[in-house]
Amino acid sequence: MTRMPGPLRFAAVRHGLVVIVLAAAVAGYTQIAGSFADFQLAQIAIYVMAIAGLTVLTGLNGQVSLGHGALMAIGGYSAALVMQHDPNGHLPLAVVLVIATAATAVAGGIIGVAAARLRGPYLAGATLALAVGIPQLAVARQFAHTLGGEQGLTVRSPQAPSFLGSSFSLEHWLSWICAAGALVVLFLLSNLVTSRYGRTFRAVRDDEIAAALAGIHVARTQVLAFVVSAASAGLGGALLGVVTSLVAPAGFTLVLSIALLTGIVLGGLGSIVGAVWGSILVVYVPQWSTDLAHSLSFSTVMGSYFAVAFYGLVLIVVMLVFPSGLQGGIVRLWGMAASRVRRG
Amino acid sequence: MTKSTPIDVRECHYRRMPVLAASEVTVRFGGLTALNRVSLTADTGEVVGVIGPNGAGKTTLFNVICGFVRPTSGRLEVDGRPLPRVHPHQLVSLGIARTLQGVGLWQGMTVLDNVMVGAHRRHRSGFWSALLGLPPSVRTESAIRDSAVEVLDRLGIRDAANHRPASLPYAIQKRASIARALVAEPRMLLLDEPASGLSAAEMDELGELIRELRSTMGVMLVEHHMDLVMTVCDRIVVLDFGAVIATGTPDQVRDDPAVTAAYLGQEVGQADAGPVTGGEPEGQA
Repeated sequence: MTRMPGPLRFAAVRHGLVVIVLAAAVAGYTQIAGSFADFQLAQIAIYVMAIAGLTVLTGLNGQVSLGHGALMAIGGYSAALVMQHDPNGHLPLAVVLVIATAATAVAGGIIGVAAARLRGPYLAGATLALAVGIPQLAVARQFAHTLGGEQGLTVRSPQAPSFLGSSFSLEHWLSWICAAGALVVLFLLSNLVTSRYGRTFRAVRDDEIAAALAGIHVARTQVLAFVVSAASAGLGGALLGVVTSLVAPAGFTLVLSIALLTGIVLGGLGSIVGAVWGSILVVYVPQWSTDLAHSLSFSTVMGSYFAVAFYGLVLIVVMLVFPSGLQGGIVRLWGMAASRVRRG
Repeated sequence: MTKSTPIDVRECHYRRMPVLAASEVTVRFGGLTALNRVSLTADTGEVVGVIGPNGAGKTTLFNVICGFVRPTSGRLEVDGRPLPRVHPHQLVSLGIARTLQGVGLWQGMTVLDNVMVGAHRRHRSGFWSALLGLPPSVRTESAIRDSAVEVLDRLGIRDAANHRPASLPYAIQKRASIARALVAEPRMLLLDEPASGLSAAEMDELGELIRELRSTMGVMLVEHHMDLVMTVCDRIVVLDFGAVIATGTPDQVRDDPAVTAAYLGQEVGQADAGPVTGGEPEGQA
């Protein structure tokens, strides 16, 4: 075991440095790219939060959740409701986001208590019910008045601070906010999973009996993983509302939950860096498929079928080439290259 | 969490209770009596072996001690204090660590990570500190790592630290599982079939290790390999059909006719006939 020199010994310092580099890259990228790239960046950042949270729960703690789209909905609606109760916009956006995150964390805790009693397919089934059921609450007659029914609730957009200049667009500012949120989540989750909590999560995933004998309270650990995971998804959901200025049931469908699950598997189960790869793929591949369909000048109907088929094909190829996800593949390739260099 | 009241050390010298005591423990699964009024004690500084034919209730006994199985009647005491309800995760904080049959390591983690989890109990820091990567968490991490590396060193498997268990020889995996239990610094170590799957030489090494451990803790082991049990144990408890049929030093147990009968089998009529025929199987043993 080699120890790294100076402050790099500390995991938090390493994670912080990576985050700073990423922040600089994001800031630089948004300067040269257009406003559509801003929107895509915001989308990727939102997926990063939810997927990083889900990879901690499913990849590291072994609890499958098909319901993370519902947790994003809870975050989004919480933010919208807080803003409704603050019509003059006294609360800074950061406070609204913290409240939405905390509300989703509480919801995650409640779901987690139930989830800690369920295993494998039963847990998947229960969370699937959440994914389908929770967004539909907004349509239910009892809640339609408060939650806006099918139309949903509007979310106020923040204003870019004036010191950034008048040419600094709102899209730009929104993508920066989302990127900042994603980087905070990445930083915090990276710290957590490299600490004793991360090891505890994995121990419970691999063997609950051995974990209990090592002094781990298994159910409490599972609930904690759910809370952490829900908080990340909640922040992502709140920012999704902010970026689209709207929260509505149609924005949090089962397809969203499945996309999140696709993201953790593509990126590499349990890897925080993998969550970033997964998010990029989940956002860009459908985009590329549509572009490709356009460039092949199919008819509209054929084109949409083609896009879906191409997306599926990419997923299959990625999983065949990198069975342990993109991050797993990168780590393996890196290891092979490093050993080749060492041998000379 | 359990609260510990301060113990007067001087008092401990002459009035100390054994670390672990089971009295009259009975376990019934439906109509089957897995343990029938089993009483035993185990203390620091001694190696207690629990032996018996297959199905005698050895592992059930361990499971009762660990809280996986609730006894139908009878009670357990730790340091002379009754334990009304043990939960498995509370065991290490009572100073009791256990290894599982097979290896029971977490396969998705390196050996070092496995052992580090074992050390968690000794070094705690808060959730927020871990989330933010604050100094208390950093200090805890390095303390956990140091104690894990120290135990790996002591058991001579430091080279295995960064490997996944499945990529290592079985004997190393077994050692790693003992390391994970030892790093919690238990006063009582329960070993469930530690020698299964080991070669004769590896078993000798294991025997040496267990004798060494005796200086700092008590060891209780369930084991099938008689050579190992006879050489390492100070005291042996023999179970048969869930009941204790003999207790004593290895020599006493070896010469006990009831034990030989349990192991080699004996017709019901002969067993009832008592010591006259009881001596007979000795020749066969």
